[in-house]
Amino acid sequence: MQVVSAIREPLITGTKTLKDVSHDISRQVEGKPTRLWWTAFGISLALLSWGAYCCWMLLWHGIGVWGLNKTVGWAWDITNFVWWVGIGHAGTLISAILLLFRQRWRMSINRAAEAMTIFAVICAASFPGFHMGRLWLGFYWALPLPNTFGSLWVNFNSPLLWDVFAISTYFTVSLVFWYMGLIPDFAVIRDRAVAQGNKIRALAYNALSFGWQGGAKTWMRYESVALILAGLSTPLVLSVHTIVSFDFATSVIPGWHTTIFPPYFVAGAIFSGFAMVLTLLLVTRKVFKLEEYITVYHIELMNIIIIITGSIVGIAYITELFISWYSRVPYEGYAFYNRVQGPYAWAYWSMMTCNVISPQLFWIKKIRTSIVATFVLSIIVNIGMWFERFVIIVTSIHRDYVPSSWTMFYPTMYDVGQYIFTFGIFFTAFFLFAKFFPVINMAEVKSILKSTSEKK
Amino acid sequence: MDADKHFVVGIFEDEDVLLDAIRKVRSSGVKIQEVYSPFPVHGIDEALGYKRTRLPIAAFLFGMTGTILALVMQIWMLGYDWPMIIGGKNFASLPPFIPVTFELTVLLSALGMVGTFMIVSDMKPYKWPRQFDIRSTDDKHVMAIDLAMNAAKSKDELKRILKDSGASEVNEKSFE
Repeated sequence: MQVVSAIREPLITGTKTLKDVSHDISRQVEGKPTRLWWTAFGISLALLSWGAYCCWMLLWHGIGVWGLNKTVGWAWDITNFVWWVGIGHAGTLISAILLLFRQRWRMSINRAAEAMTIFAVICAASFPGFHMGRLWLGFYWALPLPNTFGSLWVNFNSPLLWDVFAISTYFTVSLVFWYMGLIPDFAVIRDRAVAQGNKIRALAYNALSFGWQGGAKTWMRYESVALILAGLSTPLVLSVHTIVSFDFATSVIPGWHTTIFPPYFVAGAIFSGFAMVLTLLLVTRKVFKLEEYITVYHIELMNIIIIITGSIVGIAYITELFISWYSRVPYEGYAFYNRVQGPYAWAYWSMMTCNVISPQLFWIKKIRTSIVATFVLSIIVNIGMWFERFVIIVTSIHRDYVPSSWTMFYPTMYDVGQYIFTFGIFFTAFFLFAKFFPVINMAEVKSILKSTSEKK
Repeated sequence: MDADKHFVVGIFEDEDVLLDAIRKVRSSGVKIQEVYSPFPVHGIDEALGYKRTRLPIAAFLFGMTGTILALVMQIWMLGYDWPMIIGGKNFASLPPFIPVTFELTVLLSALGMVGTFMIVSDMKPYKWPRQFDIRSTDDKHVMAIDLAMNAAKSKDELKRILKDSGASEVNEKSFE
């Protein structure tokens, strides 16, 4: 028998029945898109097309259109790459690690968070792709394919190649995990379409659901697959940002070759990922009227994770500063002195304010249960995390070993355009997802309805 | 009577009633074809007497394939086929090969397991499932009993057993 807890807050409010769950979530998919949706989708498409123009110019003229120079060879492209990959960490964390820890509050948010993960990884992958200049040759440079130079294989000693494998594996496994979750929910929409007499929708969603029936044997296998995928994704999600941090940590640039990078990057990734999940979900729950499924309690729990990971990131910043002084290495010491005091000090202090100070406001219960405050702070956190990557990348290399090559980095219109391009991809994909796919995992919410929902 | 064509279908509202019902129905000697639910019901596999799935073994074997494939590929490419001096390191040294080996292990394990799941569960996009009751994806648990498999009992007897075990509705369903 199920045990109903008297102490824990209900995860689903509004005395829902199983039928209500199917109805509330499927309604978005079945109805015509609202004017609000068209407006938002139109803006995303406008961003995407402007960005696509900038990408075209880059492919036509080469990466010289970016603001990179001899000293600063990596700037916005890698900053944005790491930023998006970081954002892409929350979804799999929510669906895999919280599944292993049996955190049932994840069930209302995992679907949208995983979708966000997949779109964020696509955005991230576009930067190293375009940075290669000749995108169409990328496969030969990045994958161990036989070629006519020998075959001269890719270098498996390079962290950049590890990245290729890490990001593509992460993308594929996250996609499969997400899709597995969607299969039973597509079947719900199919059966509702049959009941409503909509043949085309029934056929389309049946194909998407792979003819799902929901027999006990299939569910048993399905749960086993979900658990193993969670077990596989947990080390995977931790490995991805670890490997991204190796891009820097295995180099010999002062400010980059720090051994704390892997855990520090992973914590930062979860931090920014949760912030982005909050930004999107606060809007989604309002637009789709899902306040009874994504409650203030869910938001509060996510804010608590933001405090924890934000504090880990803060400790990492302070540790870095301390070690640069304690190591007595003049180059290392200068790299950090320059971050705090140099021409990019404004970026460093923006990062410190946004990432270390602002999330501490969530210690106050009133702030972490306030929708407006959470929304504002979630955006501030992501601005801070962007500055973190910018600070690490640009301030560490803009003061070269030879003062004659000291320089600054100024982004051009095409640096900005490339960034806007990824926002276009991200939001276009997210709005399409929110319209055509069920945004909350119905089967999982139904399975907890009896034990943790508000009763009449 | 032909097998797998004519069924008695019991509809259940609640998962705990369903679990009790499965035990009652099975102890009265009736063979259950399958139970369809809108969400995974814990303990239903034991109640129905299903053996544990062997998918974890498939996942492990696919994972090992990935590990071996990745190691053989890297050692052969950089150690034998086209050795390159990179920072004076050994041609084929294990530590730098670990990340790619790990990633390919996870990739093959996940894809192989999900592929196996799709095949053993007979899931394909062009298959229209045989539905005993359309509400089984929405809010009802549906228990299907094949008449031919339970030839010892009459249709009415089966219906009574279902009703007594807590079914809210009992219907008949036949397929072409």
